[in-house]
Order: sequence, then C-alpha cells, then structure tokens
Amino acid sequence: MSPATITSQLKEKFPEAILDITEFADEKILHIKSQHILLVLTALKSAGYNFLADLTAIDNLTLGGFERFAVSYHLLCHETAERLTVKAYVSEEKPTLPSVESLWKTADWQEREVFDLYGIIFEEHPNLTRIMNPDDYEGYPLRKDYPRLGRKERDDFPVVNRGIRKKKPLE
Amino acid sequence: MNRVTEQPIETDKMVLNFGPQHPSTHGTLRIIMELEGETVKKATPEIGFLHSGFEKLGEDLDFNQYITITDRMNYLSPLCNNVAYALAAEKLMDLKVSKRTEYIRVLMCELSRIADHLLNVGMLAVDLGALTAFLYGFRLREDIYDLFEIATGTRLTTSYTLVGGLMRDIPDGYDKAVIKVLDETVEVTNEIETLLNKNRIWQDRTKDIGSISKEDAISYGISGPMARASGIDWDIRVNEPPYSSYEDFDFDVAIALNGDVFDRYLVRMEEIRQSIKICRQSLDKMPTGDVSIDPDLGFSLPPKDEVYNSIEGLIYHFEVTMPNRGMTPPVGEAYVPTESPNGELGFYIVSDGTRTPYRVRTRPPSLMNYSIFSKLIEGHMLSDVPAILGSFNVIAGELDR
Repeated sequence: MSPATITSQLKEKFPEAILDITEFADEKILHIKSQHILLVLTALKSAGYNFLADLTAIDNLTLGGFERFAVSYHLLCHETAERLTVKAYVSEEKPTLPSVESLWKTADWQEREVFDLYGIIFEEHPNLTRIMNPDDYEGYPLRKDYPRLGRKERDDFPVVNRGIRKKKPLE
Repeated sequence: MNRVTEQPIETDKMVLNFGPQHPSTHGTLRIIMELEGETVKKATPEIGFLHSGFEKLGEDLDFNQYITITDRMNYLSPLCNNVAYALAAEKLMDLKVSKRTEYIRVLMCELSRIADHLLNVGMLAVDLGALTAFLYGFRLREDIYDLFEIATGTRLTTSYTLVGGLMRDIPDGYDKAVIKVLDETVEVTNEIETLLNKNRIWQDRTKDIGSISKEDAISYGISGPMARASGIDWDIRVNEPPYSSYEDFDFDVAIALNGDVFDRYLVRMEEIRQSIKICRQSLDKMPTGDVSIDPDLGFSLPPKDEVYNSIEGLIYHFEVTMPNRGMTPPVGEAYVPTESPNGELGFYIVSDGTRTPYRVRTRPPSLMNYSIFSKLIEGHMLSDVPAILGSFNVIAGELDR
C-alpha cells in the first residue's frame, strides 16, 4: 500500500490519533499523539510495513512542534519498497509512551537508547535500562538543554589507587 | 553421571565475563555469560564502551564538518559512511550532484565493501584458527587502502565527500591501479575459498551454528549480508529507488537460505565478486565532468589552490565557512538508507534552517544486527561464540557512536 493511501486510511480510522500529515522531499510524515502509537503501528504493520528500520527521538526545544519530544519511527515495506516516517509527540511533563517491543524485537535496544539519551520512558518495555551510558549516569545527554561539554561528570570519576608509588620528581 | 557413585555430577553455573578487551571481540564489547559446563545458558551483552557522543557533536558542527566524524563510526569502511551522510544532506537540500561524482562514489563504496568483507572473513577465519586466509585477506586489504590513500590522501580518516560533491577528483591513471588490485582480488577470493569452502574443520565449526530464521531477521531489524544469508532478498541498491546511480550497474544480489555462520561467509564472498564487477563497470563507464557542484550556490568550498593563491578564493572560502554565512538548508528532515557492507546504514538529518543540523541520527547496522546475539548463542558451546561474533562483523565505533 502506498504511503498516500495508507495515511488517508489511517486518518479515517483513527481521527483522534492523527495530528497532521506532512510531506518533505516526496516522503510522507505522519504526526500522531503518543498514546495511540501502538494502535497505529499495529495497523501499519498489518498493512505491509513489516520492517522497523529506525527508531529515534528529537528534542523540539527550539525547533518547535506539537510537544517537547518527538519519537520517530522509520518503517519499510518489503513488498512495495516504500518507506514511511511516523512521529509520536511526547510532552515534557510526562515523557511516556507505549513500547512497540511486542511488534518488533529490534525496538528493545533502540527504545533503551532513546531512554538513555532522552529520558523518554517506554511503558511495558521488558528491560528499560541505560544502554550507552553507565547505570549511575545522571541526565540525558541528547536533550537540547544538556551542555555539549557535559556537566563536569569527569571531575567526579573515582581515583583508582593500585598501590603504585608516585615517582619522585627529578631535581 | 559419576561412574563410581552412580550419582549425577553436580555442576554449578559459572559466570564468565567475556570482554570488554577480549581479542576476539575486535573492539570493546562485553558479554556476561552463564555457563553450564561449556554450554552457554544465558548471555547478556553490554555495550556502550565506545560511546563518544557523535550525535551530540553533530549538532554543533556544520554539514561539511560532520563528514570527518562519520569516518570514525565504521572504521572499516569509512567511505561508505561519508557517502551515506553526503546523500542525506543532499536530499535535505535538494542538491543534484554530477554523474561523475556518483560514479566515483560508487567505485569507492564498492572498494570499501571489498576491504570490509575481506577483513571480516579473515577475522572470522583467524578466530577459528585459520591464519592463512586471514593473511591473504589482510595483505590485499592493504593494497585497497593504498588506493584510498592515492585518491583521498589518507588511509582511514578519508573524509572524501563533501555535501554536493567530492573533496577532489581521482588522479590520472587511477583506473590502472584499481584494475591491478581488482585482478588480485579475484585471485585472493579464489584462494580463500579454496582454503575454506570444503575444509572439514571450517564446515564443522560454521555450519548450523548461529542460524537466524527469516522471521527473526525481520523482527530484529537485521539487514545487509546477514539478512540475505537468512533468505531475505533485499538489497537497498537494487530493491529500493536507486541512489547514487546504482541503476546503471549490472550485478546480482547474493542470497543464501540457512542463515548460519557458513552462509554469512558465503554471501560475503559472493558480494566481493559482485563488487569487483561493479568497480570494473564504473571504471569503464566513468563519465567526464566536474566533481563539485556549482560554486554560485554557496554550498561548495573552493579548490584549495585558489584559497591559498588568490584573494578572491580566500574571501569566498571565508564566506562559506564563517559562522553566520554558508549553507542554509530548508526546515525539514530527510532519512536516506544506503547499503553499507554491514547492512542498512541510514542518516536521518533534521534541520531548523541554520547552518548546523538540528539533529543527526545514524542508523547503525551493527546495533540492530548485534541485538539478536544473546538469543543466538544461548544453547551453543562456548567455542562457538567467537564464530558467531565474527560472522556479525560488529564495529564498536558504529555500535556505540
């Protein structure tokens, strides 16, 4: 099913879920409310979009959008070789949305990565822990209000003393 | 069963920490395995040891500067990353590059594919004890890196593409050098296959090891040679709307059906052959022309010769690179998938209209491919772990970014 027909079908089927349908560089982008993501993606999967190519997030702090965060899903249909982007909008106060791990196992690690770098919580995810950063890391580095040079985390690294005596400086 | 007491032998589970600096991980991966005897009962991979914040850095660098970062992601085939990123930026800005640029990009991508697959097959072989195949592959890879050095000036950190073109044209007589290496590649692939294909030990250690079913491959988002070894007939160069003039080339897509380590090896070997074909065609049909786009658009950097030797060139260079000048892409987003040696390498760029991208996301094939790993090795012997890991070709730089 081509992206144009499937998006119009979805708009009829879930009128309350879809915020907008836009197009950039001849590719359709479906903007939806985050609580309906599982419904919409289940419908898309049964319509032939069987491959979740990529799952990531965008912090819309200065870009502007429906909400602070957008979680974007890049779907691929192996039959017709067509791609579709779905963006689910998540608010800053309650950054939660349903996990799609039940549809695609690849969402497991990708959702963990989004959680690690953006602090977006995926409900009913089997193991939502940090994947890139250490478990005791504070903050979410890819958020726009996180400074590029970090928050002095490096200064607090514990010093490992292996019992090696310091060399005396040459006189 | 103990022969004397006729009681079952009690064995405790042993927890083995594999990595992060184990030689057969070829990077920094850590797997915590629970063993019962020599059988892996449970495996928990831990990644992130090479997390460098490349995506955060991309939000502060402009479109051409970020190309240097893409080199460091997949350090076995940096040219593929350069090309993929340039394609994404060009789609965002709606730029058309010249035919010659596209052909040179195809040539470079396929040469990196050969180098990447040769190294991967060699590494897999050396992990299983076959040193000779590794040495054959590694020596040839050295020659291919020499070709990169001739064209780009460096061996690893190539940074060859620019948004809208290439850093420089290939030098005169480059085709002769490439053909010489390609002829050697044919010999080396034949030699490696003679050494391994019908080798009893090789077959015992790779057949029916780590089989991925077709359904699992789709569910886990696996792409590239690994997906094709599982019987998924999907190659972005052929099946999707073509990028970078791949429609002009005549080649076949290698697929296999069992999805085990042996099939992944066979697919990679066949892809080397097909890449040789593409390289030859691209040299034969190489169009003449310019490799950078019209400078009046304000996107491309002027030739270095002009920058150093004329005042106009220097002023123009400043105009492009100064913080408040230069590129102004439209507000929007673009996702471009490309077929890298490991699988679908995609770049997703969101722009807010300024000269730096708002968000640069890399879709790393290694991350999705590696996510099935713990499921695959459960139930296998410990000695199969390096075989399966080797057949994945996990690149830590790309995995963690």
